[in-house]
Amino acid sequence: MSHHIVQMKTNLVTLSILVFLTIVTVLTAKFVDLGDYNLHLAMFIACIKATVVLGWFMHLKYDGMMNRVIAVCGVAFLFLFVGFSYIDLFYR
Amino acid sequence: MSTAKVDRRVDHSHHFSSMDQEHEAGKQGVWLFMATEIMMFGGLFVGYFIYRFKYHDMYVAGGDSLNWKLGALNTLVLLISSFTMAQAVTETMKGNNKKALKLVYVTTACALAFLVVKYFEYTGKIAHGLFPGFDMWKPDMAYIGSHLREGYDIATIEASNLRLFYVLYFAMTGLHGIHILIGVGLMIWLMKRLKNDEFSPKYYTAVEGVGLYWHIVDIIWIFLFPLMYLI
Repeated sequence: MSHHIVQMKTNLVTLSILVFLTIVTVLTAKFVDLGDYNLHLAMFIACIKATVVLGWFMHLKYDGMMNRVIAVCGVAFLFLFVGFSYIDLFYR
Repeated sequence: MSTAKVDRRVDHSHHFSSMDQEHEAGKQGVWLFMATEIMMFGGLFVGYFIYRFKYHDMYVAGGDSLNWKLGALNTLVLLISSFTMAQAVTETMKGNNKKALKLVYVTTACALAFLVVKYFEYTGKIAHGLFPGFDMWKPDMAYIGSHLREGYDIATIEASNLRLFYVLYFAMTGLHGIHILIGVGLMIWLMKRLKNDEFSPKYYTAVEGVGLYWHIVDIIWIFLFPLMYLI
């Protein structure tokens, strides 16, 4: 297994993207009224941010397949949990 | 007790076939732990969403009564701490334990700053009777009303429903805060080992493991911040 060393520049770019997306989250949620879509937009941006953290800060981009599968499974089961709760909430 | 300053791991444990295999196994263990963390917080997030759709206005009132500027400040503090932690892993992998130690100091300082901000937020809410337990729930509805956005009427917000929001707020940010505290404990452990110059490009599993834990705590806050403070 190769040990990829992430350079400081990559980490700085990652941080900048995360700070930028935080600013976008605050501006859209506080100053742009999209009604119910504010929730969806904020969650969409949060998902992008989480993916950036997983990929670069947590090195999944450079990691083996096994750890990626574990991470994706964790998220997939969470979506299953959320999905069935939604179906129950809206269609019962 | 060893008196040697440098006590580095140079060989794998006997039940592994190589340093690499031992490292990968350890890291995989941390990833499995991360999956359980997702499920633990996931349950709370699902609860949050179900009640959000049932009591939408109450969530809006609750969210507006929180100070989003302090929340945003804490988000920035955690993002910076995530960067310094990732950079500490980079420096350890390059063999610069001294640089990594400094970065872990900064990470810990950020974690403590986060907790100090959280302390002021909590005591502020408790002062307005918004702690939903120990007979302390005496909500200051005038305070809630003064922070409510336009288009909503404080008269339609029921105190009993608002209590549910605050139960979730204190439970979720509280559990997250406990994770930060545990993180500070892990940082102190790393400081001790980094000072002892124990890590090398061949053995840095502990730093990477704590890093993974720290980033997942950051990811949880990435979701908590907009859900609690903004929308």
